[in-house]
Amino acid sequence: MSKSLNETLDRSAKALLERTTHGRQDFETLVIVPVFAVIVALFLGGLIMLATNVDLATIGKSYVALARGSVGSLSALSETLTAAIPLVLAGLGLALGFRAGLFNIGAEGQLLLGGMAAVVAAFMLDGLPWVIHLPVALLAGALVGALYASIAGWLKAATGAHEVISTIMLNLISFRLLDYLLRQPFIQKEGRADPISKSVPESAELPRLLDWLDPNLRLHAGVFLMLAAVGFVHWLLFRSKIGFAFRASGENPHAARYAGMKSGLIIVAAMATAGALAGLAGASQVLGVLDRATPGFSAGIGFDAIAVALMGRSHPLGVLLAGLLFGALEAGGRQMQLDAGVSIDLISIIQALIIVFIAAPLLVKTLFPWGFRADKKAKGGTQ
Amino acid sequence: MISSARPASKPEDATLDSAKAKQARITGAILLGMAVLVLFVFGMDASGDATFRLSRPTDPWALPNLVVPAGPFSYVAGTLLAFLGVRQFLQGGVRWTALSLGFGLALLVMAFLVWATAGKAFSLTGMLQATMVRAVPIALGGLAGVLCERVAVVNIAIEGMLLAGAFTGALIGSLLGGWGGLVAAVMVGGAFGFILAALVVTYRMDQIIAGVVINLFVLGLTSYVSSQVFSEYRFLNNAPVFRAYKIPLLGDLPVIGPMLFKQNLFVYGALILVALSTYYLFFTRSGLRARAVGEHPHAADTLGINVYRTRYIHVTLGGMVAGFGGAWFTLGSVGRFDENMTGGRGFIGLAAMIFGRWHPVGALAAALVFGFADSLQQKLALLRTPIPSEFLAMSPYIATIIVVAGFIGKAQPPAANGKPYIKE
Repeated sequence: MSKSLNETLDRSAKALLERTTHGRQDFETLVIVPVFAVIVALFLGGLIMLATNVDLATIGKSYVALARGSVGSLSALSETLTAAIPLVLAGLGLALGFRAGLFNIGAEGQLLLGGMAAVVAAFMLDGLPWVIHLPVALLAGALVGALYASIAGWLKAATGAHEVISTIMLNLISFRLLDYLLRQPFIQKEGRADPISKSVPESAELPRLLDWLDPNLRLHAGVFLMLAAVGFVHWLLFRSKIGFAFRASGENPHAARYAGMKSGLIIVAAMATAGALAGLAGASQVLGVLDRATPGFSAGIGFDAIAVALMGRSHPLGVLLAGLLFGALEAGGRQMQLDAGVSIDLISIIQALIIVFIAAPLLVKTLFPWGFRADKKAKGGTQ
Repeated sequence: MISSARPASKPEDATLDSAKAKQARITGAILLGMAVLVLFVFGMDASGDATFRLSRPTDPWALPNLVVPAGPFSYVAGTLLAFLGVRQFLQGGVRWTALSLGFGLALLVMAFLVWATAGKAFSLTGMLQATMVRAVPIALGGLAGVLCERVAVVNIAIEGMLLAGAFTGALIGSLLGGWGGLVAAVMVGGAFGFILAALVVTYRMDQIIAGVVINLFVLGLTSYVSSQVFSEYRFLNNAPVFRAYKIPLLGDLPVIGPMLFKQNLFVYGALILVALSTYYLFFTRSGLRARAVGEHPHAADTLGINVYRTRYIHVTLGGMVAGFGGAWFTLGSVGRFDENMTGGRGFIGLAAMIFGRWHPVGALAAALVFGFADSLQQKLALLRTPIPSEFLAMSPYIATIIVVAGFIGKAQPPAANGKPYIKE
């Protein structure tokens, strides 16, 4: 069973890697550009540190810390995975949207409201056994995320309102809505004046996986959720009928409509699925890591997930790898701040630079022509 | 006005007619809903007089306080709203739909203010002044968006450009003084505009991705420097602030004097820039060319207009405007940079641009509405109304969604908006 699944996965992955990126499917874009992007971004990060009066020894120390904090130990790996979980979940949703031709900037809002719903479901239904409680809380998050995202989908399908604008507005609305909700007496923690929700009861928490080794290891069961979601999105996109409809209407909406696909329904369904995944990301964050909701608990994950989806070339496996890389940068960045005293904000700069180079392969080719010319000869110069 | 580009109504065109009628029905229903709200929520509850202070006693031409009896005002406003709503249903309201709605909204806001102030006193002039100040970065952000989108480059990066301007204003302002900081902020804004143009025009990166990336990059860079450098060297983050300058005579006028003529450089600058860019875009030859590039780049190219250069120039100009707007946050108000201090104002500017239908004056008007909502939200806490301020804060975004969705009159972006142009 699992072997045949693996084979199918491999086969479809290979077939897909050939198809995924709209005519730029060669080795260059899939391997060389990302590798270059990471190296150049790290190098430029070093230059920025130099420019801000950080001496060379500290720069070296900080990159060592970056490596140590992301993959250097068991606890580092646990942190990397923990940071990757919501990034991959939300990134999968965005990737799905990209495939269907939808640019969903609203993951941040969907994530916030999904997480909020999960917290509310968790403490309202206190007393259930965890077999029911945890799934219900996760579902609540996914459902609310889906509903919130489908507002934008419905607006696009019914009126043609561009999803970029409507999701940006929905993000801004969700921030205010969260502030409001966190002050409601049935949500706000007793005896607190600041906006903070009640805590998640233990039966709704995503269980820690490695706390028997060391209570500080934060890796939680959301990691299985993440892997399941990768498999599910892969199946949905490349093995199911509706996934075919998503991709067809993303590639060519007119052709899809002539083939009899209901474009409006597809848009709403794609947005809802993307929102469900973002909501799940929020739920896993509150149920697995944070234990409660506070204003801005999403910490920009919804925006970073855009970068993850772009870097993963909107392919589920690519999103998984990109999410792991970004999770590693996140975890390593914290270590860097601790060891070398370099602010973690440097990581956001590096992430942004990576995306610039990934999303503009022409730019990388202009900057580093030698890396490509040799390769082109070997491959007979596609493109 | 650009919004009148829609074809005139033809009775024989059934689809057009029904669309108009539908729009009129929706507008009518909204107006009736507002009437119900004003009559039964505000009207029932209102008691006493609402006192609006129009000027301070020290002003040269002091106006007496405006005293409005709350109950009767709600009934008059509600009846007017109901009349406007019913009229939409009866006549199909082909011509006056948008105007009725605007008038209705103004009435609603007035009724709300009277209701909230009933039995209390409240400085109207102070609030209008605050409205103007808060509208400045939004208007400048919107104007930056207009300049970019008129040449068909979608600019999601306004937020990042504002933030870059704010940061540069604080840093260079601390070193070289206010004017130096201002010039540097404009230059850095322009540099990010140029980068955006390079990414999307020359390297054909997706415009939205490019914008998102610039936002992430600027947020990361400014936060990094502010926590890495500013926390250690505080003198680098201590810029002088441009004070308000009262224009003689005009500044003494009641109500509009403090609002328009007793402000700092940034308010005057925003007003002048809006006027200038309106003139430029709609009354000069190069403005016409720029708009041609936004509507139909291929045709513009055929006529000998350099599409790429036009896009580079206008996106860079847009970046400079956004950089100026960003400097408001530091040089125009507190003189100090804080992480992510623009707090989404660039996205609101984007909303203002859409709300203002891709027109500089429209963007300014929308920014004033948003600024009004913003300052009203601050005042609501003082007036102790039962409405949560968060919902008021949301209302501009909801209004933007309504406009984008075309429930009440469709906003038309430039035809080629967002599409890269590849020269053959």
